[in-house]
Amino acid sequence: MKYVDEFRDPAKAKTLLAEINLLTDKLRKGKDRPLQIMEVCGGHTHAIFRYGIESMLPDGIELIHGPGCPVCVLPMGRVDDCVALSELPNVIFTTFGDAMRVPGSKKSLLQAKSEGCDVRMVYSPLDALKLAKENPDKEVIFFALGFETTMPSTAMTVLQAEREGIKNFSLFCNHITIIPTVKAILDSPELTLDGFLGPGHVSMVIGNSPYNFIAEQYGKPLVVAGFEPLDVLHAIWMVLKQMDEKRSVVENQYSRVVPEDGNAVALDAIGRVFELREFFEWRGLGSIDHSGVRMRDEYAAFDAERKFTIKSVKIADPKSCQCGEVLKGVIKPWECKVFGTACTPETPLGALMVSSEGACAAYYQFGDVEKIHHKREELKRAAS
Amino acid sequence: MNVVPLHKNPRRLGQVNVPKVTMAHGGGGKAMRDLIDDVFVSAFDNETLATMEDQARFRLSDLAQYGDRLAMTTDSYVIHPLKFPGGDIGKLAVCGTVNDLAVGGAKPLYLSCGVIIEEGIEVETLREIARSMAKTAREAGVMVVTGDTKVVDKGACDKLFINTTGIGVIRTGIDLGAGKVKPGDAILVNGLLGDHGAAILNARGDMKLSTPLESDCAALHGLIDTLLAAAPGTRFLRDATRGGIATVLNEVADASQVGIEIHEDKTPLRAEVRGFCEILGLDPLYLANEGKLVTAVPADQADAALAAMRAHALGRDAAVIGHATDGRPGRVVMHTVFGGRRIVDMLVGEQLPRIC
Repeated sequence: MKYVDEFRDPAKAKTLLAEINLLTDKLRKGKDRPLQIMEVCGGHTHAIFRYGIESMLPDGIELIHGPGCPVCVLPMGRVDDCVALSELPNVIFTTFGDAMRVPGSKKSLLQAKSEGCDVRMVYSPLDALKLAKENPDKEVIFFALGFETTMPSTAMTVLQAEREGIKNFSLFCNHITIIPTVKAILDSPELTLDGFLGPGHVSMVIGNSPYNFIAEQYGKPLVVAGFEPLDVLHAIWMVLKQMDEKRSVVENQYSRVVPEDGNAVALDAIGRVFELREFFEWRGLGSIDHSGVRMRDEYAAFDAERKFTIKSVKIADPKSCQCGEVLKGVIKPWECKVFGTACTPETPLGALMVSSEGACAAYYQFGDVEKIHHKREELKRAAS
Repeated sequence: MNVVPLHKNPRRLGQVNVPKVTMAHGGGGKAMRDLIDDVFVSAFDNETLATMEDQARFRLSDLAQYGDRLAMTTDSYVIHPLKFPGGDIGKLAVCGTVNDLAVGGAKPLYLSCGVIIEEGIEVETLREIARSMAKTAREAGVMVVTGDTKVVDKGACDKLFINTTGIGVIRTGIDLGAGKVKPGDAILVNGLLGDHGAAILNARGDMKLSTPLESDCAALHGLIDTLLAAAPGTRFLRDATRGGIATVLNEVADASQVGIEIHEDKTPLRAEVRGFCEILGLDPLYLANEGKLVTAVPADQADAALAAMRAHALGRDAAVIGHATDGRPGRVVMHTVFGGRRIVDMLVGEQLPRIC
């Protein structure tokens, strides 16, 4: 398949791996721990597991699966709000597919649907707007979710709804923004990360400059990466290269998609419709300042939070969850006390077990846990 | 078909003269009798059914000529939309049950047909589906010999649900099972995977892709005959329906307590299905098939099995996709095209398209 197979070429992977092996050996000299690189985005986590990239990397590299899975980090209270909205009379509640399974404190949207609520899966907010036009006597609510990747399409949909004078359409806005969260992770005292793979599709919208502080103030290399397996390997090599040359800058591996300054039209739409919230609650990470957006007053008519009464009860993560430590790379998913026992994809306790992009679910589903565990033990022995 | 039904009692068949099914057609009276005659009895056109006894009757001696054990299976078919590229619910209801018999090494012989009809459905739609069932059954050499019809209120079911139960006879000496696979056995499939699942998702219309995706819905017993003749040591067969081949492989690995390794680059996939999965973030290993089987054969019969399947119209794209190992029992591992390895586990729920 054109534009896909080229980026999955095993021969090119071998060449890159040889380089990665050399650099890793060199960089690990005198270190008693593996080099830790965090992929911020859940899309990367998915690609890493889908193509078995972790199994190809040398023992000296450990990938830390970051907070960039918007479905995972959604707090339970917000899911409860979705369920409550879907239970209102005369409402069609629309959502992306993978958000349907996220457990709330009592039920998921999938369960609400089974109890008779009109919950529908859509592929785009425009599908939700179309439903609103087709069902003028119903209120159609779209569950707006995701980072800057999905924000422009929801913003454009609201602008279109306004232009067309559609009154029965609203957003339940749960969009979040990645930069404050990465900063929160960088400020964590336990941090041992050596570098980052930057989120390619977020960067396509916001450009590369918002990450400059990571390189400049925290001295960590960051390479914005694409989502094909060669992209991921290439970006890992670029991070190692920077470390080897004792540089820390923001580089763009995904230049076929990511423009240096992002997408001006998309940014303009986001700026017109949304504004930062003072703080937003993340599952597994707690409250982070300015990490979420809400709708501006001018678009209150399309804001489900203002159109309807929403409780927004804060529900604490279960105490046994160690999602925060996994997100920061302090422990691996399978080192969590409840991994695979109390916390499984069927009955997720923590954020990271929720979606296939979550690190724990990915390990549970795809991961060669024994092999990776073995790898770690070997390293520890070698170091001592 | 050598089996002769016991009854000969043809009578004049009733007809329905209204366009849509109403609750009256489920009332047990003349309207119901007319509906059954018009739609089903006329389509299936066999004397056992036409006698309208409460049961179909078979001579044991007729059955015994095919083997030494009876096989029986049942499946219910609920699919939206009722007609889709490559088939319809009627064809599916015959092929699915025929396949469930055939993968046990049985010769499929008789089917029942139970339908639950939502009031308001067009009678002509029912006729078309019954004709499709009859055509598929005829081609597969099976007879629909008994049935049941219920009509329910609007909203109580989605247009039409069909249940078929099948009876077949297992050939003497054949004993296939999920628990019989041994390390070293080759794992084969008979062709391109995921066509049915992708075609149905596409036919539901949300994505409006112009790609001509067609369901692979087909009765596999002929192919299975060919396979078993070429590879008599075949240990296991299963049609990879809901949950795709990933689910079947996990079931086998667990039941036989073997590891299974498969190779992504040997897994046959249509470019259109691959593209469809790439767009939606779906894994084709979990997509449903309605005309694909997974089989395990001893390594020394793998070439014969492959050649036999490839010589059959329903196995042209057959491939050896991997083998059973003495690795961790119950675990299915895939070598990715990229050179990595990953676990292929059972799905937790249904596959949902990813957000971004």
